[in-house]
Order: sequence, then C-alpha cells, then structure tokens
Amino acid sequence: MTQAISLKRGLPTKTLLGIALIGVVLAVLPFVIGIAGQSWVRTLNFALLYVMLALGLNIVVGFAGLLDLGYIAFYAVGAYTWALLASPHFGLHLPFWAILPISIAIAGLFGVLLGAPTLKLRGDYLAIVTLGFGEIIRIFLTNLNAPINITNGPQGINRIDPFKIGDFTFARAETFFGIRFTGPEKYYYLLLAIVLLILLVCARLQNSRIGRAWEAIREDEIAAKAMGISTRNVKLLAFAMGASFGGAAGAMFAAMQGFVSPESFSLTESISILCMVVLGGMGHIPGVILGAILLAAMPEFLRAVVEPAQHMIFGAVVIDPEGIRMLMFGLAMVLVMLFRPAGLWPSAVRKRELSRGKGASA
Amino acid sequence: MPHAVIIKGRSMEIFLQQLINGLTLGSVYALVALGYTMVYGIIGLINFAHGDVVMIGAMVVTVVAGSLMHADPNASAWLVIGAGLLVAIPVCMIVGWTAERVAYRPLRRAPRLAALITAIGVSIILQNLAMMIWGRNYLSFPQVIQPAVYTVAGARISGLQIAIVVIAGALMAALTFVVHHTRLGTAMRATAQNREVAGLMGININTVISAAFLIGSALAAIAGTMVTTYYGVAQYTMGFMLGLKAFTAAVLGGIGNLGGAMLGGLLLGVIEALGSGYIGDLTGGVLGSHYQDVFAFIVLVAVLIFRPSGLMGERVGDRA
Repeated sequence: MTQAISLKRGLPTKTLLGIALIGVVLAVLPFVIGIAGQSWVRTLNFALLYVMLALGLNIVVGFAGLLDLGYIAFYAVGAYTWALLASPHFGLHLPFWAILPISIAIAGLFGVLLGAPTLKLRGDYLAIVTLGFGEIIRIFLTNLNAPINITNGPQGINRIDPFKIGDFTFARAETFFGIRFTGPEKYYYLLLAIVLLILLVCARLQNSRIGRAWEAIREDEIAAKAMGISTRNVKLLAFAMGASFGGAAGAMFAAMQGFVSPESFSLTESISILCMVVLGGMGHIPGVILGAILLAAMPEFLRAVVEPAQHMIFGAVVIDPEGIRMLMFGLAMVLVMLFRPAGLWPSAVRKRELSRGKGASA
Repeated sequence: MPHAVIIKGRSMEIFLQQLINGLTLGSVYALVALGYTMVYGIIGLINFAHGDVVMIGAMVVTVVAGSLMHADPNASAWLVIGAGLLVAIPVCMIVGWTAERVAYRPLRRAPRLAALITAIGVSIILQNLAMMIWGRNYLSFPQVIQPAVYTVAGARISGLQIAIVVIAGALMAALTFVVHHTRLGTAMRATAQNREVAGLMGININTVISAAFLIGSALAAIAGTMVTTYYGVAQYTMGFMLGLKAFTAAVLGGIGNLGGAMLGGLLLGVIEALGSGYIGDLTGGVLGSHYQDVFAFIVLVAVLIFRPSGLMGERVGDRA
C-alpha cells in the first residue's frame, strides 16, 4: 500500500487517512473473520483470487473491449504449470521464484496464442471463439492422460507443493511475535500482496499510453487505427497481460489448494468472472474489485444463511438449499443489471455516457 | 480427403451410420440455433437462457408423458408425445415471453454486456427452478416408441431418427415461409435491419420482438421433445451444453441469418458425429472419441478465422 501512496504525489490528508484506514482493516481482516471459523478465511482467500482474475479479465474486457468468455483457460494453464513443476507427478519440486514466472510466461504465451488468430474477429464472434478455446483447454486437460500421462486426466494432480520461501512454508500454522498465524492466514497476506501489486500495475496501465490505446480501440477500432495505433500489437498485449494475471492467480490457486483437476476450470467459472467485471462496473478498477468480492462471497454467505433460515421458519429443510442459493444468485444478477446497467460502481465517464441515453453501443 | 482412405479401408456403412446420427443431432441443433439467431438478429442479444428453455420443454414433455403412461400403460406413442407437446409448447412460450418482458426489455438501450449478464442470470434462475421442481436426478422418458429400425445401404436408421429429421425440416421450411412471405415476417426483417426506422414505419417493435421470442421458444419446446425422446432422459443441466452447441452452430452459419443457423446446425451435428467416429483412426489411436467437443470447436475456430462472419453471414459493422 505504501508503494501506491508514494507514486501518487500530493494526495490530500483525507485520502491518506482513508488509505491508512483501509490498510489497517485489510491487515486485521483475517483475524476478525477467523473468529467465525477458519473456513471464512479460506473464502476470503478465494475472494482475493477472484479479485486477481477479475482485474486480469478487466484488462481484456473492460479496457480493450474484447469480450473473452474463455478466460478461465489461463487460470487453468497457470494452475497446471505450478502443479506439474511442483508435485510428485513428474517428481519435480522447483522453487516458487522459478515456477511463478514460468506460469505467468506460459499463460501469457497462451494469451497471445488465442489472440493472434482472433484479431480480425469482433464482438460476439470473438466471444464464441474464446469460449471454444476455454473448452478446448479444459477437454485437453481432462484427456491428456493417454497415451502419455501429462495431466493425470479427470482425477487431477494432488499433493502439490505449497508456496515456500526457503524453509518458510505457507501451509503450516506458526507463531510470530506471540500471534498464531494459520496456513490460510499466511496465504491471505501473500495473496493480498500480489493483489496490491496487480492493482498497482492495472492502475498505472490504465493511464499510460497503452491504457489509452486500449480505450481508443474499445471505443472505435477503425478510428484508433487511423490515429496510428498498432491495433494488432496493442490487442495482443491486452490478451497477454490479462492472461498472465490469470496465470499468476492459477499458480497461487494450485499452491494453496494442493490439488488441481479440470473440474475447477469450467465455462461456468469463466462466466462468473465476467459477471464480476460487468456487475462491478467494467473498466473501473474499484468497481471490478467490488464485483469480485461480492460475487465470490455471496454464494458462501447464502450457503451459511439459507439452511438455518429454513430451520427457523419451517423447522426443517423444505427446499433444496443449494437451489435457493443459486436462484437468489441469479435473481441478484438480473436485478442489479436491471437497475444499474453500467454496474454497481461504474466509472464517471461511463455514467455520463449512459445518462445521455446513447449507451446502446457498448 | 483423409476420410476416403479410411472408408476404403473399413466400410461405407460406418460412414453412412455416422452421417445419419449426425444429421439427427444436427436437426435438433438447427432448431435450437434458430431461436438464438432470431433473437440475435432482431435485438443483438445472445439469449443465454434459450438452452434452458429447451430443457424446460424436455422436462415438461417427459413428466406429462410419464404420468400419461402411468394412467394408461397402453397409450400410443403419438398420443403421449402429442399431449406432452400440447403442454410443453405453451409452457416454454410463457417462459420465453416472460424472460423477454421482465429481464431483457428494460435493458434494450443499456450496454450490450448488461443484457448478456441478465440472460446468464435468467439461465441460472431457470436451471435452479427446474432443479427445485423436478429434482437433481435424470428423468427417463417412458418406453412408448417402438424401436422400428430400417436398414439403408447397411446403415441402421430408426423411425424416430426419420421423424426428427422430417419434423425439423418441415418446421424450418415453415419458419422460412413465415419470415419471407407474411406480414409478421416482413415486420421482423424490417426490425432486424433498423429498429427505429421500422418503428417509424408503423411496426410495433415490442410485438415483433415478443413474437420472435414466442416462436423461438415453441421451436425450443419441440427440440427439447426430440432430445428427450432420442436420448431417453432429461435433466436440469441438459440445456447448457445443448444451448452452447446450438449457439456455436448459429455463429458457424453466420449469426442473425436463418439459413445460416440451419446449415450451421446440420454441419455441426455431422462434424461431431464424423469427428468422434473417425478421430481415433485419423490420429492412430492417440486421440479418442472423448475429443468430440474439441472437434466441433476447432472447426468453428477455423471457419471463423477464414470467414470472420460465419459461413452465410454478411459483414456486420462494429457492434462489439
């Protein structure tokens, strides 16, 4: 957080105080939530992973305006890269400083691989091709256990090494300065650090030459080209950047879970990440973070509420709680979009565009 | 043609068999794809919930047929399926119409992605409602259809397969007639070209859009019936993959184009059937038939790279 402050010169004291307050809240959050149970810290960690993914997808969809429905593929590539390079499956146990960059690089490469043939495609055609790409990756992960066993098929890879810095492992509980840190709590701080780093990169990118080029392409590709923007390179860069963030999140997922299988990388996941970006407010970083946290936490929250609520009202579980949970999830998505079509927390520019009533082409 | 080599080596019958299976599946894809393409052509929305409307059709038919067979075990197949359709078609039409009226109409002027998210939300709602009503288990369609099998040039074709292909063909012909030769069809085409101008010409846009949803949902109910009678089962998640394939078919043919949806559906069905039948031989046994879905998507990606607006689609302007 301090990095972010030093980069923005001349912030008013009020803002600094706000940032300090957020910093304190973020620092003690796992302990406060941990009172309700360690599983909530785990939920919090997943929310952070989703924040990473949503920020990555936001580069592709929000900044550059390229609708990507197969984003989870990069998450899968990152996760499997970590799993293959740090598990007994191949007997490899590389250190994190080797695997993390490799995961990011391979995911970025896949991003370019997807981006290159689809440069000419627009809108919904791009959406369906990216969707197909995501499915292709998942099907290969499921089936690449024969003739050579690479991914171990639908069973997935287990006993993956946790994140380790030297002898310091994030998997065990340990005591520092008289405070006991559990595994999930340690991961929380690690993930938070990565999220802040990604956040910083995103914020700096948005206002850079590249960020403005993305915006220009999003608004009007032909005009952008006429202005001298190399649309090919800039689009590929968007795909690669978005993909590499996904790859980093995937690697962290594999390290944290200790287990990966193709099931975790279904189309539904791609769609829910897209929902986070759009529900929060496309292209607006704080909105995207809000969307990710809400959508990641809401199912868990509903899971905790729906069943006890039925016990209270009817004295028994009358309706399938899972059904109600997802039903409410779907309803929430529809209602938010009906009443706030630009997302919960849209950027000022978008809000203005919509209030002029000319937002039909977005 | 790599196929030709294999056919010589093995037999023509297998090829023909896969072709028949593919055409049957493709007819269903085409019917569902029509629902996607009509809505897309008119309001530019990927109606993600359309596959789930198909699922609801399949569920209703299965349940109605099941209870009829329970009441009278000797009921004829025509009666059972006909009664099922009589219930399923209106149910699906109501579902489709309500979704448009409640969830999509208020968003017609909103950013396109907002409507897409709403459609995904509707899809989630329909799936979970179906799960709460009919449960998680597969419902099996009662055994009413006589397994009549004809042999054509060594390939086996069942009466049901013939019925599916013929009915789908007739429906597609009827829809083409409606779109090109009736007042409603003209109004639909005008609305697809330019909504505002069509409105100025005295066309009631809301009626036209509702009509597109109603027709698409009726076709979805029939497609759902075909799927559940063909495979013998229905389940609340069945609409997802089916819808995805049908949407792929619509894009393959050129989305917004009725002929394209039909062609795309049939092609996708045939590609899938032939692909899963031959992929093992083509790759020397390295890749098996479980790569069936990959095959369909790879063809799609390839087609779109060389013809970015689908097989029969026209170049559309920047709408992303």
